[in-house]
Amino acid sequence: MENLAPHFIELIRRASTDLPADIEAALHQARAGEDEGSAAQTAFDSILENVRLSRAHSTPICQDTGTPIFYVYYPTGWSTLALKKQIREAVEKATQMSYLRPNSVDTLTGKNPGNNLGDDFPYFHFEEWEEPYLKVDLMLKGGGCENVGAQYSMPDSRLEAGRDLEGVRRAVLDAVHQAQGMGCAPAVIGVAVGGDRGSSYIKSKEQFYRPLDDVNADPRLAELEQRLAREANTLGIGPMGFGGKTTVLSVKIDSLERLPASYFVTASYMCWADRRRSLIYRDGVATIE
Amino acid sequence: MASYDLQIPISEETIRSLHVGDQVRLYGTVVTARDAAHKYMKDTFFKGAAIPPAEQAIYDELARLWKGGVMYHCGPVVAKDDEGRWKFVSAGPTTSTREEPYEYEVIQRFGLRAVIGKGGMGPKTLAACQDYGAVYLHAVGGAATLIASYVKEVLGVYKKDELGVPEAFWVVRVEGFPAVVTMDSHGVSLHEKLYEESRARLAALM
Repeated sequence: MENLAPHFIELIRRASTDLPADIEAALHQARAGEDEGSAAQTAFDSILENVRLSRAHSTPICQDTGTPIFYVYYPTGWSTLALKKQIREAVEKATQMSYLRPNSVDTLTGKNPGNNLGDDFPYFHFEEWEEPYLKVDLMLKGGGCENVGAQYSMPDSRLEAGRDLEGVRRAVLDAVHQAQGMGCAPAVIGVAVGGDRGSSYIKSKEQFYRPLDDVNADPRLAELEQRLAREANTLGIGPMGFGGKTTVLSVKIDSLERLPASYFVTASYMCWADRRRSLIYRDGVATIE
Repeated sequence: MASYDLQIPISEETIRSLHVGDQVRLYGTVVTARDAAHKYMKDTFFKGAAIPPAEQAIYDELARLWKGGVMYHCGPVVAKDDEGRWKFVSAGPTTSTREEPYEYEVIQRFGLRAVIGKGGMGPKTLAACQDYGAVYLHAVGGAATLIASYVKEVLGVYKKDELGVPEAFWVVRVEGFPAVVTMDSHGVSLHEKLYEESRARLAALM
């Protein structure tokens, strides 16, 4: 198999330094909606200037380059072992090139090996598919926003929330309120309903791969996504928690099967620096979207 | 709301003249410290009866730099330039609330005048700001390339090998570093206020 590591390094560089167009457009729109001269608008000015500078200088948009989360879709016959080796090699090189901060810490010893590698770091998900080409989706998930994610086991008496979409609505609004500005608002909120504790968190994060303008195929969830985005923005938390009109950029929801005993609502929080890129490798040609 | 250029070290009188909402630009020496650094300080400097001899030098240096000085909650992306000198590539603030259990004592012991971070801090830190004359300064989270452009020089680094690059004490010279006062020495916290206001709005949606 050909060595694709140089393409993976480029995927990492783009993800870390070049914010996707849909996120940048949403930030511009949010800036326009804030009051002239407000702290919120000043924050958006810094955010947007930073996005421009990072792209121009090829430097990380945020110093917390997060957990690199790789979703690899490969045609039948490809070696996932070889792909994993090449991606790990690319992660190490990208760290040396300062596209990534050395972020992987041994939890028991506190040691940072300095190369972003460990038995369980970075994070991989491999999936064989029927397409004739390779697609690698990369998300850089920062720690500050990861810390404010929340999971609710329904029913929740504090929120007077039951096992239905009204309960989901209450849980998600509570999560946005608890997060305040600590996860670097404005956020994209990824929500999963159902599953077990682990699968629900994973599904909630997979929502961040969806483009912002993506409309949910399920009309009930599509409606709830719109309503939650609208209502969350009435909370007044604003960018960075400075107060303001934009607290979330988008809400994305999916459901998964659950056990009769369990009903989890999981809200993952993605900071405004929503860094995701995809590498397509087809007929020997690599493109990054 | 006003704008101020602050030269570090900063006097208590100057800090007590600041109010929530004021914009500041910082000039001088700032030292980064985040999670592992706070735990190290607590365990090494504050817990025992005496500072271990091997740690005395770093304590003395931090005491010198932080008397009237500024701490920055930041774990930077760094690189070495052609001459082998460190530089900050990307260096925005990290979430400050994790240091809430430690910060009162750090402000008290070292005489810090300002802590820069993001997301705000809690009642203990707010009390330290009142008791000893300090402020919490909010930088824009995620604006890391922009903020690194105000870091003009890396003067030194402590505990890099033990704690790793993001968690080390980086001593840097800043010029015009921009931040907003969100907790002042008069007991006012923008974070507390917005939490309460947003809680009332949340109740209306429930």
